[in-house]
Amino acid sequence: MFGSYLRRELLGRRKNTIIIAAGMALAVALVMLVTSLTAGVRAAQAEALESVYGVGTDITVTTTPAAPEEGQEGEGGGGPGGAQFDFGANDGEESDGTTSLSQSMLSADRGTETFSADALTTVLGVDNVSSATATLALTNTSFDGEIPQMSEDQQEQGSAEGQGGGTPPQGGPDGAGGSSFSVDSFTVLGVDPSVSDIGPLSSVTLADGRLLTADDAGQNTAVVDSDYATTAEIAVGDTLTVGDTEVSVVGTVTSTGTDESAANVYLPLDTAQTISGLDEQISTIQVQAASSSAITQVADDIGEALPDTTVNTQEELASSVSGSLSSASALVTSLGTWLSVIVLAAAFILAILFTVSGVTRRTREFGTLKAIGWSNRRIVGQVAGESLVQSLLGAVIGLIIGAAAMLTVTAIAPSVGGSSTTENAGGMMQGGPGGGGGFGGAGMGQTADTAVTLTAPFTPSVILIAIAVAVAGGLLAGAIGGWRAAKLRPAAALGSLS
Amino acid sequence: MYTLTDLTKTYTGKRQARVTALDSVSITIPDGEFVSIQGPTGGGKSTLLQLLGALDRPTSGSLSLGGTDIATLKERELGRLRADDIGFVFQGFNLIPTLTAQENVETALVPQHVAADERRQRAREALESVGLGERTDHLPSELSGGQQQRVAIARALVKRPTVLLADEPTGNLDEHTRDEIMALLESQWKDRGLTMILVTHDSAVARRAQRRLRLAGGHVQDITAA
Ligand SMILES: Nc1ncnc2c1ncn2[C@@H]1O[C@H](COP(=O)(O)OP(=O)(O)OP(=O)(O)O)[C@@H](O)[C@H]1O
Ligand SMILES: [Mg+2]
Repeated sequence: MFGSYLRRELLGRRKNTIIIAAGMALAVALVMLVTSLTAGVRAAQAEALESVYGVGTDITVTTTPAAPEEGQEGEGGGGPGGAQFDFGANDGEESDGTTSLSQSMLSADRGTETFSADALTTVLGVDNVSSATATLALTNTSFDGEIPQMSEDQQEQGSAEGQGGGTPPQGGPDGAGGSSFSVDSFTVLGVDPSVSDIGPLSSVTLADGRLLTADDAGQNTAVVDSDYATTAEIAVGDTLTVGDTEVSVVGTVTSTGTDESAANVYLPLDTAQTISGLDEQISTIQVQAASSSAITQVADDIGEALPDTTVNTQEELASSVSGSLSSASALVTSLGTWLSVIVLAAAFILAILFTVSGVTRRTREFGTLKAIGWSNRRIVGQVAGESLVQSLLGAVIGLIIGAAAMLTVTAIAPSVGGSSTTENAGGMMQGGPGGGGGFGGAGMGQTADTAVTLTAPFTPSVILIAIAVAVAGGLLAGAIGGWRAAKLRPAAALGSLS
Repeated sequence: MYTLTDLTKTYTGKRQARVTALDSVSITIPDGEFVSIQGPTGGGKSTLLQLLGALDRPTSGSLSLGGTDIATLKERELGRLRADDIGFVFQGFNLIPTLTAQENVETALVPQHVAADERRQRAREALESVGLGERTDHLPSELSGGQQQRVAIARALVKRPTVLLADEPTGNLDEHTRDEIMALLESQWKDRGLTMILVTHDSAVARRAQRRLRLAGGHVQDITAA
């Protein structure tokens, strides 16, 4: 009887059933989506962080670049350690009225300041540091091209305007600009070839050839990122011009890291220092603490031992570097949580109100059942059963809607850009040779882009949560409705006709 | 047999206004008797029927049915008594609107834990005995008033009670249907040896009873002879 009465009731009062089920479905779908999105964002964030900092890095030590001072700009040098091509008046080969120039140089990354390699010794001396490695982040820029010869006037004029940083090249012999040149740049990371448990080499895997080993120290050998190798058409065995030195490519690697810990070309640290002229200089030290509980203490100790450096723990970096990703995560978790709490509350209230009003409407019905001997327990069970089934019906619909929404999110895979951008645009080629003044606009920004695609994984726990939500809502509404039904007097059956 | 001794029921309404619906009523109703109760609106007829039907407890006095004092029974025991011994018929039929005629009749057998097969069988027989064997699968909304009241009578009788209580069972019916329902009730009363107590405003109905009572202002009066 319980079953057929329940079925008749739900089918007989379809509108009621549909409203309660729809409310519950919406709540269930939303809770599922939010739960799943939160998990997806967390996974994306963890992945992004891992790629940015490399496996096992707890602390990074860097020096904050000094802000460029006034007046420096016009000197053509850019910031400290900045690149500057220095073509003498008689450099290059002249023919047919054009000058061919070709120069390659290796210098420290924009926005990075190098510091003494002694710091590594200091860091290794700090208690609870289990390992540490130093890297030197560099950029190799090569210039290759032909510049038409210009009159003294033009050259001076061009030079003056070039300092402004934004004027297009002007003035070839024909007056329409006959310059042709290319600027090529790739990132170079000087790494300690003997350390592979931490630092950049911990997040690369060999694609071809071999990795750098301790024996490569001081050698003119390099491993090249496989993507870059493809683009630049470099293979194992080739030579590559870095600065003024030819290095031989011994291997290609794929990096699981992003720009912070990855580069186009990896050189042994001392080789990189020699070529760039930055002897005994490094740009970052990556530190692994003996235990996670020691991280804060180790970071404090390093900060004391090296007062001029910036010491960041991974946790601090997580909030600053993962940028919009962490704000996306915060948004999804907070907005999503609030939204689901509100919708959940609304669905529960809807279910309760409809159940209670249903009981009120059925006063005579329940009074009659009591009058013919139905126990309170049976009537409460009937009411609770009805609202539980309505909610579960909602859960099933909600599961379908939620799953569809999750599949849609995963299919669209919106990318949440977590980025720490160090914009150096416009600073690179200032004050170049007259004809090259136009390079001012060619931004050489250093962007650690950690864009991650957002997914909404469909897991059994999501289904369980959906069912739990519906059962909770159904039981709550059923309990309140049942309590109201239990309070009804059997004499209500005889009540005046409404 | 019902024995009512100084049976009093007072209601405490809003603002502590007290209404004495039944005032020291003392009567006995032997088993198998057909009694009608008349009286003005607010006279206490429905109140008396509720007490006789174990739907409510008296404020004071005693009320026993076959030796059990209803006034002292617990809620659960009252429910048991209603489930086993008392059949109710209401003015508004009070069928469950979402259940078929058959299922409505079956609800009366639920508290008795009758097995599903037997329950179906007995409900079917009860519907046949009120002349609705062809309408078992109809919803109340698909039945006329008289047919609905027949279903209600089947529901009241399917559990084989000793007492049948009816509050204005023909109040919502036209004269022709009223006579049909009265004929049905009388035949069931005779066949089953029921104690039948029937509240009505209709003198034509009341006159068919063996004993006629009149309730006014909470006081009972025997008007059979009148
Ligand atoms: N639940 C209640 N609470 C308060 N007062 C009540 C309640 N039920 C009945 N009364 C009052 O008790 C008195 C008797 O009511 P009852 O319903 O028994 O009259 P009745 O004879 O059945 O009238 P009617 O012919 O209109 O059905 C009335 O004054 C009524 O207002
Ligand atoms: Mg009445």
